[in-house]
Amino acid sequence: MESVLAPPRQRRFRFFLDEADALGPLLLGPAILYILLLVAAPFFLALYYSVSAYNLGTLSFSFVGLQNFVAVTKSEIFRTTLLNTFVFTIGSNLLALVLGKITALLLLREFPGRTVVRCLLILPWAVPVALAAITWRWMLDSMYSVVNWMLVHAHIVPASVWPNWLGEERLAMISIIVVQAWRLFPFSAIIFLAGLTSVPKAVIDATYIDGAGYWRRTFQIVLPMILPIMMVAMLFGLVFTFTDMSVVYLLTKGGPTNSTQVLGSLAFQVGILSGDVGRGAAISLYLFPFLLLATFFLLRFLRRREI
Amino acid sequence: MGQVVAKQLRKLFGDVTAVNGVDLDVRDGECMVFLGPSGCGKTTILRMIAGLEKPTSGEILIGNQVVNDMPPRARGIAMVFQGYGLYPHLKVRDNIAFPLRTQRTPGDVIERKVAWAAGLLGITRLLDRKPRQLSGGEQQRVALARALVREPTVFLLDEPLSNLDAKLRTSARNELKEFQRGIGTTTIYVTHDQVEAMGLGDRIAVLEHGRLRQVGTPSEIYEEPADTFVAAFLGAPPMNLLERDGRIEGFRPENFLHRDLQQKGIEPARYAFKVQRIEYLGNERVLYGYIDGQTNGAEYTARLSSHVAEPVLREGETYPFTVHPKDLRYFDKASGKRLPNARR
Repeated sequence: MESVLAPPRQRRFRFFLDEADALGPLLLGPAILYILLLVAAPFFLALYYSVSAYNLGTLSFSFVGLQNFVAVTKSEIFRTTLLNTFVFTIGSNLLALVLGKITALLLLREFPGRTVVRCLLILPWAVPVALAAITWRWMLDSMYSVVNWMLVHAHIVPASVWPNWLGEERLAMISIIVVQAWRLFPFSAIIFLAGLTSVPKAVIDATYIDGAGYWRRTFQIVLPMILPIMMVAMLFGLVFTFTDMSVVYLLTKGGPTNSTQVLGSLAFQVGILSGDVGRGAAISLYLFPFLLLATFFLLRFLRRREI
Repeated sequence: MGQVVAKQLRKLFGDVTAVNGVDLDVRDGECMVFLGPSGCGKTTILRMIAGLEKPTSGEILIGNQVVNDMPPRARGIAMVFQGYGLYPHLKVRDNIAFPLRTQRTPGDVIERKVAWAAGLLGITRLLDRKPRQLSGGEQQRVALARALVREPTVFLLDEPLSNLDAKLRTSARNELKEFQRGIGTTTIYVTHDQVEAMGLGDRIAVLEHGRLRQVGTPSEIYEEPADTFVAAFLGAPPMNLLERDGRIEGFRPENFLHRDLQQKGIEPARYAFKVQRIEYLGNERVLYGYIDGQTNGAEYTARLSSHVAEPVLREGETYPFTVHPKDLRYFDKASGKRLPNARR
């Protein structure tokens, strides 16, 4: 009689993939490999660079301790850059938050073509940043700015003013903040939308019955309820902006006179363009401990709220 | 006081008529149940009374005052929602206090009222918990407490028991009934569950397709249905309806008896009942089958108490069944409306 069961060894192999202990690592493998090669390796390389005298001229890997960090901190440009980074990050994220909330509230209402609008909303976020930045550069161009044209023709500013958006220190900062917020707000709108739709209708109805007005309803009920999801969106936006240089680099290259220089763009200039890799790495890693701490506390706060 | 009146109440959502000209009078202190299948407009009426929806036309009066243009908070009502609508991030204490805080009630008064409501509903020990740490029954009590502290003139309850399992629902229903009797506040209760409606309501309003079909005490609704819809909606299994002599004749399954069980000395209505299936339910048996001469293919039911000794009935056989004349109800064939029990 032929046994329906295979011999033990063959059977073990045949059901190998049914074992959670075997299949799990197998499925996770590619992701771990990817993180090791593309995230962890460059990160530790940068860590090493930041404490070495490595530059493209000498190619010496000699260990110099925290010298790069100290030297960087002494530089006037670096201190301006650090301040700019905070202004840029916090400014653009706050603006994105407000825009995101308004957009989410508008998209919550029923209107014809809502699905189309919801899809279009994704565009600023999904469009390649280089493409978007070129468009913005034209819109903010010193001579051909369509923004200026509209402002003048709407009689908001007189023709004699003609702001040079990317060429004046303060205006340049405002410009990059606005463009970065424009990139970020769809994401925050979608997060808000998800949060708002997750608030049960009965809860909203209850606030009306209980006599809460708009502000009380928003700040005492709705916002606290969607706070966890908002915090995650905020964390994403903040880390994303702190470490990003694309908008700045494509629009102003940090100018005029370093007034829009942020850590990412400065690190690129010092480390890659000028070849001082060690110092560039130090600049880019400067905020890492703070971001790590901020992330840690934020995630812990979220965990506490869950329980 | 807590009297609620609806006059020619109508509500349209786009082209869909949700409520179609309802006239209703809820008396002060009574528990009125809105009963009907889903989509009949019962919740919409409740939400219009609460002020959460604006009527397309018609008037709503609470305590002799037209409230159409008043916001919910000014109507003197409190509402308990399906799913309760508790604020998940607030402790039970703050949930109950919330409606008082919006009215800028002084702190010591809030504290006293919260303690009073919590005591009344037996949830004092839960005051420092969050809603998600509570069972369904406890959440319901918190929702009631939150409604209670406002000292409303009218309670509005929208299917508050539908999130509970069957066993808990029975006990929660009894609690609700006692609670309502105890405080004596006018209560409007929406449900699609006829057992809940019969058990809780002083009176029941049966609705269908946005229209009011009948208002009456539970026994009036059950015994004297105003039309074929009410007759077929209430009772499990519902009233048997069949066509005879140009009108519709109806009788309850429990009054549909084998000839040998019928009261002697009366002239009952006779039917030839072909039994298809017998369902044994412990305390009773339900017989499903057809009645001779009925061509509409509808199944008819008879309900026999288990402890009644009756002739042996077999599936597939036809037996002589009868109905006492006092248990027969007649309805108009065209409109479905109730006809008087004419003497023949």
